[in-house]
Amino acid sequence: MHRDSDRVIAPQLPSRPAYGDNQTGTHLPQRAGSLNGVIVPEQPGKNAIEVRGVRKVFGTGENQVAALDTVSVSIRENEFFTLLGPSGCGKTTLLRLIAGFDFPTAGEILLHGQDIAPLPPFKRPVNTVFQSYALFPHMTVAQNIGFGLEMLGKPKAEIEARVAQMLKLVKMEALKARRTSQISGGQQQRVALARALAPQPKVLLLDEPLSALDYKLRKEMQIELKRLQHETGITFIFVTHDQEEALTMSDRIAVMSAGKILQVGTPRDIYDRPAERFVADFIGESNFLKGEVKSMADGRAIVRLASGTEIPASLPEGFTPSGGITLVVRPEHAQICPAEANASLSGTVENIVYLGTDTHFHLKLDDGSAFIVRRQNSRGGGEALAPGSRVGVVIGENAAQVLKD
Amino acid sequence: MASAEEIARAADARDIRDRWLLSAPALVIILLAAIGPLFVMLAYSFMLKGDYGDVQFGTFSLDGWTSVLFQRDIFDDTLGLADAHLTIFWRSISLSFYTTVLTLLFGFPTAYFIATRPPKTREVWVFLVTIPFWTNLLIRTFAMQQVIRNEGLVNTALMALGIIKQPLQIMNTDTAILLGMIYIYLPLMVLPIYASMEKLDFRLVEAGYDLYAGRWQVLRRIIFPLIKPGVIAGSILVFIPSLGAYVIPRVLGGGKNMMLGNLIELQFSAGRNWPLGAAISITLMAVVMIALLVYVRNASKSDGFHG
Repeated sequence: MHRDSDRVIAPQLPSRPAYGDNQTGTHLPQRAGSLNGVIVPEQPGKNAIEVRGVRKVFGTGENQVAALDTVSVSIRENEFFTLLGPSGCGKTTLLRLIAGFDFPTAGEILLHGQDIAPLPPFKRPVNTVFQSYALFPHMTVAQNIGFGLEMLGKPKAEIEARVAQMLKLVKMEALKARRTSQISGGQQQRVALARALAPQPKVLLLDEPLSALDYKLRKEMQIELKRLQHETGITFIFVTHDQEEALTMSDRIAVMSAGKILQVGTPRDIYDRPAERFVADFIGESNFLKGEVKSMADGRAIVRLASGTEIPASLPEGFTPSGGITLVVRPEHAQICPAEANASLSGTVENIVYLGTDTHFHLKLDDGSAFIVRRQNSRGGGEALAPGSRVGVVIGENAAQVLKD
Repeated sequence: MASAEEIARAADARDIRDRWLLSAPALVIILLAAIGPLFVMLAYSFMLKGDYGDVQFGTFSLDGWTSVLFQRDIFDDTLGLADAHLTIFWRSISLSFYTTVLTLLFGFPTAYFIATRPPKTREVWVFLVTIPFWTNLLIRTFAMQQVIRNEGLVNTALMALGIIKQPLQIMNTDTAILLGMIYIYLPLMVLPIYASMEKLDFRLVEAGYDLYAGRWQVLRRIIFPLIKPGVIAGSILVFIPSLGAYVIPRVLGGGKNMMLGNLIELQFSAGRNWPLGAAISITLMAVVMIALLVYVRNASKSDGFHG
């Protein structure tokens, strides 16, 4: 969102509770207890973060913009949770509300059951990995990593031990004495991670941390992040606009658009069973078909397509039929068959794109709409199809999903 | 045909020549107008004074230098410390020091305030800070006089409110000089600090808060180290002109509360002791340079790790 960049000039902090209080009660718990005066009861299996009816409005009067429009979501303990959406969808705003850099206009944010929404960031056992890393340029790698612990008033020996442990975790031992300006982007990324993990936060927030890295490094870091999350057992909340990143790394994904959460689910749920057109469109490639629900039972339906063919499809949760509906079919879930066969759809091949691992067939259906089928390549396999040939499309038992909108 | 290497070498030579040509006017002015007069002053400081000012050319004497710190007894011709000079030296150094510290104290929050405004508003604030530069120093100093004199704004207001019965005697004291210098030199502190602060990445401030640093710690451990170059520049820009201030102590300090600038002026006019004036001038310059060296060295040394 355009506001994401120009809104933040100086962090606005609330006056309560008084700053400096974090000097007291600085015992940092491993898993439970009190951190920074924040009482954090440990409730295994419960939600780490619960966002309840949170609204965030920027600006006043005519210029009001609702960056978040009454969002509710629960993030479980130990989860790799991703907020996915295009820029301007409010994902960064939600992250900043959890971090404490901004404060919600309405609603509650619970951390292990306690409302943290009014607390300043230095009172929350939550740390952030910033998109730009925001490493302190006047400190060395080790000083950066130790900063949080130092601010918590930990004894020097403990800080040193923990910093050494963190350096080892992110494989940066050799560069601990370097200034942060003297290391590469990927290394800065690791330092930023180590710095945020060192105080053992309850929740780690990651704001598009991989977007500045090149492709290969990004792939490496994706695996690295997964490993870190697994080893530390900390809840990760990861913000990205990259669907592939989200699908690869997440336990669950929340897809956001225009200040709302559209769907929350596992990567497979989101991909195979998108609930709304935006979700289907934003993640992966999709074919949309118009139709009518003919009958429904047990979350499944028989849908009559515009062409008159009837195909089975699964229904989204909380679906109520209302006239025409839209179906989504992923290109790899449909198969091409000879034109005469018992096909669900029929059309003409317009274009064939060979992509190495698979081939895309761009079809023009009889009703004039476009349809893409993806087929995995094998050596010497596949019948010879040329642009212009008439083909049929088979949509299998489990390939189609009805959308809510 | 010339080889590529020769062509490159010729181009380099041309570059160097062009650079010298372009800097020649500036070099000539610096040599003639800045360094030349310094040597004249140095020479004058080692000559005997003339009876009606000026110096006696061709003479050599250390009188000018000895009288910077010492004076001869009129009766027995022994050397004693020149208390009046020492007082003036001390006043100059201490007032300049206080001016620097206080402008820093006022200037830092001002610069922070401006740097945290939205970009468009920032320009307006910077513009407001620079407005005093449009007015002559003398006029601004007299304006200050109007504010602090016995019948001035401050005293009239305080008496009207019944807070004081007698006017506060601010004029012709060191306090008046200090107030004047703070007023005059504050923009010179605000602007360099603002320039540093504007470049400060405020995400670092957020990162500090995120890592459990409170406001004071963020200021001390993150903001201050990063804008130190601006603080150093501002301090230098305030301290040096303060040390040599002439108009401000003359107008606000009255005749008695002299600073170094006034002492030097006195030697070249009514005092008719040009060698002494020259010697004090060079001393002042030396003090400034030593102070600068010490300050810059300390400042660059102390950005180590605290933990």
